Amino acid sequence: MSILIDKDTRLLVQGITGREGSFHTRQCVAYGTHVVAGVTPGKGGQGLDGIPVFNTIGEAVDRTGANASLIFVPSPFAPDAIMESGAAGLGLTVCITEGIPIKDMLKVVPFLKRKNCCLIGPNCPGVISPGRCKAGIMPGQIHKEGSVGVISRSGTLTYEVVHQLTQSGLGQSTCIGIGGDPIIGSSFVDMLKLFDQDPDTEGVVLIGEIGGHDEETAAEYIRDHFSKPVVGFVAGLTAPPGKRMGHAGAIISGSGGTAAEKIAAMRKGGIHVVEHLGELGKEASEVFG
Amino acid sequence: MKIHEYQAKEIFSKFAIPVPRGSVAQNAEEARKIAEEIGGSRWVVKAQIHAGGRGKGGGVRIAETPEAVGKIAQEMLGMTLVTPQTGPQGRQVRAVLVEEALAVKQEFYVGAAVDRARQCPVLIASAEGGMGIEELAASRPEAIVREWIDMGIGLPAFQARNLVFGVGMDAGLVRAGTGVFNQLYKVFESLDCMLVEINPLIVTEDNQLLALDAKIDFDDNALYRHKDLLELDDPNEQEPLEREASHHRLNYIRLEGDVGIMVNGAGLAMATMDLIKQAGARPANFLDVGGGATTEMVTKGFEIILGDENVRGILINIFGGILRCDVLANGVVEAAKKVAIKVPVVVRLDGTNVEEGRQILARSDLDFIVADTMADAAAKVRAIVA
Repeated sequence: MSILIDKDTRLLVQGITGREGSFHTRQCVAYGTHVVAGVTPGKGGQGLDGIPVFNTIGEAVDRTGANASLIFVPSPFAPDAIMESGAAGLGLTVCITEGIPIKDMLKVVPFLKRKNCCLIGPNCPGVISPGRCKAGIMPGQIHKEGSVGVISRSGTLTYEVVHQLTQSGLGQSTCIGIGGDPIIGSSFVDMLKLFDQDPDTEGVVLIGEIGGHDEETAAEYIRDHFSKPVVGFVAGLTAPPGKRMGHAGAIISGSGGTAAEKIAAMRKGGIHVVEHLGELGKEASEVFG
Repeated sequence: MKIHEYQAKEIFSKFAIPVPRGSVAQNAEEARKIAEEIGGSRWVVKAQIHAGGRGKGGGVRIAETPEAVGKIAQEMLGMTLVTPQTGPQGRQVRAVLVEEALAVKQEFYVGAAVDRARQCPVLIASAEGGMGIEELAASRPEAIVREWIDMGIGLPAFQARNLVFGVGMDAGLVRAGTGVFNQLYKVFESLDCMLVEINPLIVTEDNQLLALDAKIDFDDNALYRHKDLLELDDPNEQEPLEREASHHRLNYIRLEGDVGIMVNGAGLAMATMDLIKQAGARPANFLDVGGGATTEMVTKGFEIILGDENVRGILINIFGGILRCDVLANGVVEAAKKVAIKVPVVVRLDGTNVEEGRQILARSDLDFIVADTMADAAAKVRAIVA
């Protein structure tokens, strides 16, 4: 088992004909994902390696039974692409696109919530359930099927963590990059709720970073409601205040958001926080082993 | 993108938010003339830099004659202003704003920002203007009034009234007060702002509401649809190496330490900075070369890191994903050949095709210190700074 995506996922790719879209679609297919359709407005009737391309999501869903979407549309057009996916009734939308204006996301996120569509991202590496399905840009081969859930706000840092888990013999049920933007579709808590219900997830690794208060909220949720062990890490102990560290959402503001505050809150919530990233695999082995 | 106070006030004027009469000057003579044109008997001269707390550093001064305005402007222009927000290096003053000095009866804080947790805009107001809103939020949260905005609706009149009455404005100011909040939200919404702040919004002795200070921070990701705002960017306010890096699509932030880093990915870059600290040194920078780092970008990355004279060692930390380690190793070797590197370089590669990548580093006749894991990289950084 896994959360969000599995062997039954029928993936649709928005922006499939673009450079990024076509490259990563092929990577997902090579991993074993069922990519059943592509959508690029105006390019309906074309195809990519035998995957049919449609003008609208409505048409793609009718014809192929797609039930999840992966978005590679450039930032000016991505908000519209996300809404089209939600409006078509797809249960899951994963948006990889970086650089979407915050105002657009402030409108899109409530819209998707009204449609009961789970949005992952934007500005994220996507989702993978190792051995079953990959809806994202992460390197599939570093993952291993297993029972540890991973939730993270970043990309390569997640790969580093997953790699350590795999090297330590700990496979993963599902790994989710929720995104590095200030306004994202799903929070740590949203994902923790799903992992709590998943019988095959035995523990979770939570990778946070500076900015916002999502880690603190997650820590409270874990303390009060979460039944499985959690190992945590927070990047940015040395980040100066007031500077955006690469991710739009990674900024320490006057109202907090420092790594030290997050680590303290996570420890209070009973999370096994690792301060030296190099020791995460070892710590996870001890906690989950 | 941040802008200067005088630019923010020009925007306020366009949106009918009242501001004091005044204008910006680049030299003493201009400053004196502006004072004469405004008339009156007291003026304020304000240094224009992208940092708050200017009053504490001598960047806001009162003058009683136009000649004194000129003299103060002369002293301010070219000076390096250090405030609690500039850091110890301070910022050079290149322009001053000359305004009429007003008799202030009451001060408020008003602002518009994004509430990340509630995922909507929030209007914030307090009767304790002039004070930093963050200090106030920490010490007296009950002194702050907030209204969360439904973007599909905008700012309804009752929410504007809640703010006005919530901070205790006089009944006679309700019309003007709600007008300020309406226009403030319009600026925030229509110009894609991350933050709009009036601190303080004042009531003068003759009961006028005016924005005495103005701060706007635009969403960089939305600037593509506000091309006219790009003219407001002041490159002098950016650290020179950061400016240079941004021209090459490199995400670089200069820090105060002595070990430079080059990493693919922002989260891993932050974690690598932390690792430098844990190894007993201090990171000299944040540098994310992105997922598609080319030889050219790595070369430029080396040049920018070495442009910081404090750097006495470099850690390259690359996790190869879709972009393979062998490709990245070739890029690093090529780049290192082009740039004369006189400090030790620790290279840690892991991920896709890591063995091929390490062999490429080993075969090159360059003196890289190769590390296998994050923990190993920390140990090797510790050795070079010892």
